[in-house]
Amino acid sequence: MSPSALILSRLQFAWVIAWHILLPAFTIGLASYIAVLEVLFFWRREKIYLTVSSFWTKIFAVSFGMGVVSGIVMPFLFGTNWSRFSDATANVLAPLFAYEGLMAFFLEAAFLGVLLFGRKLVPAWAHVLAALMVAGGTLLSAFWILAANSWMQTPAGFELVNGRFFPKDWLQIIFNPSFPYRLAHMVVASYITTALVVLGVAAFYLRRNRFLSESRLMMSMALGLLTILVPLQVLIGDLHGRNTLEYQPAKLAAIEARWTTASHVPLTLFALPDRQAAKNRYALDVPDLGSLILTHDRNGTVRGLEDWPRSEWPPVALPFFTFRIMVGIAVLMLILVVASWWLRARGRLYTARGFLRLCELASPLGFLAVLAGWITTEVGRQPWTVYGLLRTADSVSPSLTGTDVALSLAGYAVVYLIIYPVGIRHMYRTVQRGPSGETQPELIESGLSERPIQALPSATATDRETPP
Amino acid sequence: MSALIPDFVPLWTLILVLGIFFYVLLDGFDLGVGILYGFAPDAASRGLLMNSIAPIWDGNETWLVLGGLALLAAFPLAFSILLPAVYFPVLVMLLALVFRGVAFEFRYKDVPHRTFWDHAFSYGSALATFSQGIVIGAYIQGFKIEGRQFAGSSLDCFTPFSLFTGVALLFGYGLLGAGWIILKTEGSLQEWARRQARRCLIGVLIAIGIVSVWTPLADPDIAHRWFAWPRIAFFSPVPLVTLLLAIWEWRSLGKSSAHAAPFLAAVGLFVLSYSGIAISLWPMIVPHRFTLWQAASSPGTQLFLLTGTLFLLPVILMYTSWSYWVFRGKVRADIGYH
Repeated sequence: MSPSALILSRLQFAWVIAWHILLPAFTIGLASYIAVLEVLFFWRREKIYLTVSSFWTKIFAVSFGMGVVSGIVMPFLFGTNWSRFSDATANVLAPLFAYEGLMAFFLEAAFLGVLLFGRKLVPAWAHVLAALMVAGGTLLSAFWILAANSWMQTPAGFELVNGRFFPKDWLQIIFNPSFPYRLAHMVVASYITTALVVLGVAAFYLRRNRFLSESRLMMSMALGLLTILVPLQVLIGDLHGRNTLEYQPAKLAAIEARWTTASHVPLTLFALPDRQAAKNRYALDVPDLGSLILTHDRNGTVRGLEDWPRSEWPPVALPFFTFRIMVGIAVLMLILVVASWWLRARGRLYTARGFLRLCELASPLGFLAVLAGWITTEVGRQPWTVYGLLRTADSVSPSLTGTDVALSLAGYAVVYLIIYPVGIRHMYRTVQRGPSGETQPELIESGLSERPIQALPSATATDRETPP
Repeated sequence: MSALIPDFVPLWTLILVLGIFFYVLLDGFDLGVGILYGFAPDAASRGLLMNSIAPIWDGNETWLVLGGLALLAAFPLAFSILLPAVYFPVLVMLLALVFRGVAFEFRYKDVPHRTFWDHAFSYGSALATFSQGIVIGAYIQGFKIEGRQFAGSSLDCFTPFSLFTGVALLFGYGLLGAGWIILKTEGSLQEWARRQARRCLIGVLIAIGIVSVWTPLADPDIAHRWFAWPRIAFFSPVPLVTLLLAIWEWRSLGKSSAHAAPFLAAVGLFVLSYSGIAISLWPMIVPHRFTLWQAASSPGTQLFLLTGTLFLLPVILMYTSWSYWVFRGKVRADIGYH
């Protein structure tokens, strides 16, 4: 194994999974939003819910399709680049991945088609059920993938024989110490990401005086959800952080750039962490706040990186900064929520142009926060793939050379830089067209297009549903 | 292995063998349609060809993921040796499948670049197929292994034999694809597919012949497996039935009343080639090195996953069959699917 093959393999995995995670981060929330709209339509029979639901179902179909296509790559990367990791952990982790695949396939096959194409073919209750099952399916996928990821962070329920992990207790493996926090944190993050996109799209229409009633509904629902979830996410984040302090203290020391073990530690708002010299430059510290936040006690002791040999230190600057980006975005979200209530109280929520512009600009914030959070937790896990037990350097495929991985990374870079812009532009166009009452969705992944044969007008006519 | 824990390896072998076969058969014909797409006479036929597989190709491709995950979960040692050994073919296959997958939709949506996406579709299908053929060839030849890891270079998999099996699979999937087109279309497009199918059939038969001579000559184990008495008596029907199927295929391609026969005969040829490989390798899952049992995951792992699989897999199979039933019959230009 060459050192460059290791670092390039890490970059390649980061590149592929970072693009992939954007889609589930969005579709998990969107599937639930669509399910809520479908239930509301079924219950109240107001056409506006149907219009909004059909509109977001079109966007859902494209992003879900791209999520599946980019997800196919992931399991193969475990084999091609991380074969020693696969050999060592498969007995424990592979069933979790396989259950994700099976259940996603099961629910997708059985219910996605009904959700996308079946409104005219099945009774109304069955369509609602399909929407609920698809939402449940995305949550189940998150469940299994995060169980596997959390096990890598806080392994439990296994025994280690000759360098390979064997299962002892499946409940402990799945419900390992960091899993509940990570699952809650990620699912709420996904809901927030979706809510910000819905909010941004609603603001986009309101600023242009289009689809006013639909946009008000979207905006009101999105802001209502954010009002609950943003503060909740701060709370879950705090619990998750305390869980990290208990089980991955070295990661936490890196996130907070703490080099020495001490009580009354400050909170470092900004610094340039110098890993070589093991100290912070240009630090902006708030005294005692670090102890207070991390241990909920201003006298609390927080361990510094000096407690571990250097060979076990994670990178410091990257988790330090990405964590601050994530928290900074959370602060922006809180400001947005507070501003929305202030405007709502004055009856100007849907008309304050500056606020609408802010909502538009805020729509990608959820994605940025998710990426920043993932970089924090995954880089902070280094130098381990299975925390404290299996080193990343011992996980990579021994046969690879730097050139091999450079070539494959270039391949993934080129292909993703073509596919994603085209897909995003495609979704943007759908947004520009707006919720026009059409219910036939666009399905990239199954190749079922809105109008299969565009040249033939007769086909387009039969595809449109007459509004009820 | 403790006497109390039953041996799950045979069951997992069956699931894996069936899963890979479903993949090869199902994605094989839609990749084959993609390969022939590049040769289609006009834009209208290209539209029909794409429509003939649009509703089902994604389900077909999911078997690749399930097959890969089943290999990782049930036989992780084989997974972790095979995949680094075929690093570049797997890379090219994945990228080609991604391109080809999005081409289905972007061809309709991204009209200014339609020619680009048409090419992405046909070249993507051909490249994915060629890469899978290289994987099969490299797999049959075996890998350089130290301990539990592949110890060769990422270029080892490119041999004259594996490049040959890559080309062979292009003809094989082309034959399946042409059979599917004959089943799903009528008139001049069907006639065109019959001509393509005959070309592919000639290629397939030459390939089967060469592989059948090449592998026993290159690999004494395989020669012994096939030709030692009394096994030759059990296995000799395999080439005989292959020959009969080839004759049936050729004849049905000439009969304009035969709509399903060319596809069925092509499936038959794939079943036999597949079992030929299985006979050559059994019971090794990493050729020359590890048996199915040596490469298997722990019984606890196999049991845990089996519990859910035995419930979910039949449902998935039922649903898949149902969706094929829904989209049965000829594709027609004047009817969009719903």
